[in-house]
Amino acid sequence: MSTLVTLFVILPLAAAFLIPVIGRVINGFQRTITALIFIFLSILSVYILINVNPNIYTYKIGGWEPVNGIPIAIYFVLDGLSTFMLVVINLIAAFAALYSIPYIKRFTAENNYYALLCIMVGGMNGVVLSGDLFNLYVFLEIAVIASYALVAFGVEKKELEASFKYQILGGIASILILFGIGMLYWNTKSLNIADVSGILKNTENNKAYLVFTQALLITGFGLKAALFPFHAWLPDAHSSAPSPVSTMLSGVLIKVVGIYRITRLFFNMFEISVEISTIIIVLGVISMVFGVFLAVGQWDIKRLLAYHSISQMGYVIIGLGMGMLILANNGSKSVAALSIFGGLFHLINHAVFKGLLFMNAGAIEFKTGTRNLKEMGGLSESMPLTYSTSLGASLAISGIPPFNGFFSKLIIILAAIKAEFYLLAFLAVLVSIITLASFMKLQKFAFFNKAKLSPGREINEVPFFMCFSMVALAILCLGLSLLIFPGVREIIIDPAVDVLMNTGGYSPDIME
Amino acid sequence: MTLYILCFTVFLVGIYGILTQRNMIKIIIGLSFMEFSVFLFLALIGYIEGGAAPILSKNFESGNFVDPLPQAMVLIAIVIALAANSMLLTMAVKLYRKYGTFDIRKINQLKG
Repeated sequence: MSTLVTLFVILPLAAAFLIPVIGRVINGFQRTITALIFIFLSILSVYILINVNPNIYTYKIGGWEPVNGIPIAIYFVLDGLSTFMLVVINLIAAFAALYSIPYIKRFTAENNYYALLCIMVGGMNGVVLSGDLFNLYVFLEIAVIASYALVAFGVEKKELEASFKYQILGGIASILILFGIGMLYWNTKSLNIADVSGILKNTENNKAYLVFTQALLITGFGLKAALFPFHAWLPDAHSSAPSPVSTMLSGVLIKVVGIYRITRLFFNMFEISVEISTIIIVLGVISMVFGVFLAVGQWDIKRLLAYHSISQMGYVIIGLGMGMLILANNGSKSVAALSIFGGLFHLINHAVFKGLLFMNAGAIEFKTGTRNLKEMGGLSESMPLTYSTSLGASLAISGIPPFNGFFSKLIIILAAIKAEFYLLAFLAVLVSIITLASFMKLQKFAFFNKAKLSPGREINEVPFFMCFSMVALAILCLGLSLLIFPGVREIIIDPAVDVLMNTGGYSPDIME
Repeated sequence: MTLYILCFTVFLVGIYGILTQRNMIKIIIGLSFMEFSVFLFLALIGYIEGGAAPILSKNFESGNFVDPLPQAMVLIAIVIALAANSMLLTMAVKLYRKYGTFDIRKINQLKG
């Protein structure tokens, strides 16, 4: 079983090197192989999720066994949380790859696009699986450097500017993360996350040293996750990228390299503390509120969606941060579990509906050639599938039942009320209402008003593969509501919640 | 200790460069300063006063070796930084071709 884990990294990276070579000779190789690999990996990850959870598997690269209890090899760790994240990454990647087939044809250098997409997904899978701090940094750089190139894929003025901004801020973030890793190594003389966790627990630590390290890591990963004070690059980068790439960036990348790593390090590696969890909650609340206010005034459809990503990430962070705060205060375990469940549930929901919304925006841009809401109108007649899927996704993100967004927001708000954070619950409801208003605007201007485009232009539905991805994700938007029911929830999300609830158990589980 | 302080000073110089400079190339130089200060830091934490190079040879004697792991880390990190920097410089050159300037105040199509 544990050797299968390496496929998640090997297959995309191997494809990335084969595509520029073979794709030049055989036309269509690049499209087929990318889609097939991502579909295979998503099936594999779902299989792992259903069959082998909640066991923990470790794969030691090179087969080096620990000597005297000191780990030598680089570890790949597959537990409930990483399996859950693998499902999110590979599922969205598979749909994005299918969506790319017609969408990318109008660009030159198709081979480079698919190769970069494969590298990005391989890097993200590595970030999720890696149980080693430095290996984590390497995979993180693989993923983000590919994303820098993908953001600039249009090679026009705006794309280049966005990519430059993204690279400077991303570069600073990477340096801060490397600095933090160096600080940890300095003190513990180990890079294995489980080992570091054990050493930090068993030895006396200088308080100032720990605070400095945690500040470095939270700033670094916060920059990658685009939490509020560090969000400046996100709207530019996510709106300038080609649409399937925006789907990957907004749907998966900021979660994997930002939020997943923050939760993993601060739940499982450092000892949870009230201060850190308060900082995380405050960052989450600020991103949630400011993100939505900045989104309301936008007229560029992809920029609007990008600002909503900041806001929705706030919900995820609040859910996880609240759980951490309750655990640190020795509060009720069940409320903490509910809160973390809400956060993770919203994470997968956001990946699905934000991915779908970016695909809709891409479909509109594909046919009309504009992203400005003021220039659109009346598309509900000419693009019925895009319209209906976009309506579903808009209702899901605004939290209207029976779509998935409603249930995850409801759980986060319920957890906030049970934990007596009334202000938080109130703000979450308020932001949800403003989100609804913002998406009403999107629906009205894009699909309902009178058509404003020049009359000679024929607008019809997008090609089959784009429709297929959109419809499939729309069905998932409805289907994921089922996760609220105990039977389904126990299989899919509960193993991930258990990993985070069992904060101190991570280290012994892996080191044994 | 002095070495660590000097190393951190280089880091601060890099941040200063990124925050104050208007020229894209100078910003990239600032970023490189930050990168190299962290590399220096990594090399420093593996250093032991009077330690020998950690090479396993035939006439191996247990002795005072410097820690080889941070050196391996620095090598990998330098390669990664090379990739990131070459990417950044490519963007800067492309931007110069489109806008005819390296001044970031004049490259401001994205707002809001």
